[in-house]
Amino acid sequence: MAQIVIKNLRKEFGDFTAVRESSFTVEDGEFFMLLGPSGCGKTTTLRMIAGLELPTSGEIYLDGEEISQRRASERDIAFVFQMFALYPHMNVRKNISYPLVSQGMARHAVRAKVAEVAAILGIEDILERPVGGLSGGDRQRVALGRAIVREPKAFMMDEPLGALDAEFRERMAEELRALHDRMGATTVYVTHDQLEAMQMGDKIVVMNNAVVEQFGTPQEIYDKPATMFVADFIGSPSMNFIHFHGRVSAGSTSLHMHHAEFAVPAQREPFEGDMAFGVRPEHIRLSDAAPFRGEVVATEYLGTTQIVTLDIPGGEIKARVPATTVVRAGETVGLEFNGATVTLFDRQTGRALKSELNEGVLHG
Amino acid sequence: MAEVILRNVSKSFGKTAAVEDMTMTVDNGAFVVLLGPTGAGKTTTLRLISGLEKLDGGSILIGGRDVGQETPAQRDVAMVFQQYSLYPHMTVRDNLAFPLRSPILKTPEEQVARRVDEIAQTLQIPHKLDNKATELSGGEMQRVSIGRALVRDPAIYLMDEPLSSLDAKLRADLRVELKRIHSDLGATLLYVTHDQIEAMTMATHVGVLEAGKLVQFGSPRDIYEDPTSIYVASRLGLPRINILPSSLFAGAHKGPQIGLRPEHIRQGVGVEARVIRAEHLGDQTRLHLDLNGHAVTTLSDPHQDYEPNATLKISPENPLYFDASGARVV
Repeated sequence: MAQIVIKNLRKEFGDFTAVRESSFTVEDGEFFMLLGPSGCGKTTTLRMIAGLELPTSGEIYLDGEEISQRRASERDIAFVFQMFALYPHMNVRKNISYPLVSQGMARHAVRAKVAEVAAILGIEDILERPVGGLSGGDRQRVALGRAIVREPKAFMMDEPLGALDAEFRERMAEELRALHDRMGATTVYVTHDQLEAMQMGDKIVVMNNAVVEQFGTPQEIYDKPATMFVADFIGSPSMNFIHFHGRVSAGSTSLHMHHAEFAVPAQREPFEGDMAFGVRPEHIRLSDAAPFRGEVVATEYLGTTQIVTLDIPGGEIKARVPATTVVRAGETVGLEFNGATVTLFDRQTGRALKSELNEGVLHG
Repeated sequence: MAEVILRNVSKSFGKTAAVEDMTMTVDNGAFVVLLGPTGAGKTTTLRLISGLEKLDGGSILIGGRDVGQETPAQRDVAMVFQQYSLYPHMTVRDNLAFPLRSPILKTPEEQVARRVDEIAQTLQIPHKLDNKATELSGGEMQRVSIGRALVRDPAIYLMDEPLSSLDAKLRADLRVELKRIHSDLGATLLYVTHDQIEAMTMATHVGVLEAGKLVQFGSPRDIYEDPTSIYVASRLGLPRINILPSSLFAGAHKGPQIGLRPEHIRQGVGVEARVIRAEHLGDQTRLHLDLNGHAVTTLSDPHQDYEPNATLKISPENPLYFDASGARVV
């Protein structure tokens, strides 16, 4: 299996730049997510790694070898499209065998290999069935089998679960991740679903407007977002931004905002101007004593927790609090923020200000 | 607005019973969500109430009046479908006004204008009123189609998965908006979905459907905390409730099957389980465990790290018990 290194990768289609100077590393055996909204360049990046598009500039290393200008067939990478792409006139066995037969592998070797893959996927009993009558899950397993059977150095997957309904997607995501854990194959996976990325990924690259916004582990990206885009895109409900005009200096551990004083992680750079105070919903506490107050707009029951939407000076925020807390729409409550988790942003550029919290994570 | 009562309602298509002997009351001013997987009979129930399908048996009362023999128009209900269906050549204003200008209602024009403006405010689209319907984003179009139902003052609003075609962020916004509309207008709503978040967050009452039958009806909290069966318990809660043989845990048990919500598993004492994988979702970490060959999902502190194959002791906390058939044992 393989390590993939992406260096300053760029892709232009005519006047349109789909991917701008992107760099990141996929370690051997990682389940790696390319995450972003549609049109951000994630699929183009995946297609360049697979060799379905040639980069305008930049390099791609597969196990130390530069492959960016090689043909797809010479890269030893398997691409899994929407998983339902099967040959409808062939049975399951023929669908899975196809990549091997077309490579000219001997028939008994093909048989042995298909048996092995079928065992991994738990589809031994449907090998002779036509693919037409299979359930969605089985069709997906067959499509996966066709990718696995070649034993490529790495797998590229483009929104493989996108077309499935919520309940089934959850199950297939687990199955896919369990399969990865058994095989340990380097996998690059494109999705626009942040929950899917957090759930399945060892590492995540967040892309927006052709640019890599951040690259790291799911928890790092969640706790220490590099930009307002990332903070907003990751998490449900997403991070709250309280807008204010203010000032911090290097070493500040608190700041003044909307006539109140708030603790923040020790700041590492001075800043003055339009800022956003970023705080996650679960780091807000309702407290009668707190001087900073908001009016409850709505509550949403979620079983163990509830989401409370509040009107505050500088906008609207959402807090995640235990379902046992009694809150009613229309009442005014005090709010406390867990200062150690706060990220401040420069609202002009969307960039996170450096602090004790995000030290060592932010690039640039 | 009015109360809607279903009495022993049944409907079959060929040999398939789509709705079986359903009895349910939607109180005036209630927001009832029918929850169930595909094929549970949710949409058929809505269509029976609206008059788009004919009853095989039972009766439906709207505001005390038996509507069994009435046409959809006579029933005074407003329906919102999953796919927004707007008139593409009309402006947003004309789309919203359309139901009021129908020959049955014959609303005076100044009243139409006032009503359209009110609804546009509620849905936060007053600046879009003079746009063509085709110039709107998906979320705006769905808001207009909800608005087209809201301009009328029917006995009940019937909504069939109106948010399912929207992206996650917009869905979250519209959930809050629908809830606000419901409390502002004091409207009566019957809403169908397979999305448990929508059911839990918006409903005053949830009706859980299983194969055409109403199996439980109550507040979201009742359904979550006090389910009558494994089927109902599995409909609400993410990650899903763990259903395990009670014998895996020491002590006396009220039934052969134990139901543990992920947050109802205590760590540090009890039987040993093996860590399969930790999923860091940011605000919570989902821990996938193997307990004597049974998969168990629980939650843990977001910043706790677990190595695969590490072991961990777990024991039940506030368990639910079920008999062999899946019915709750109290």
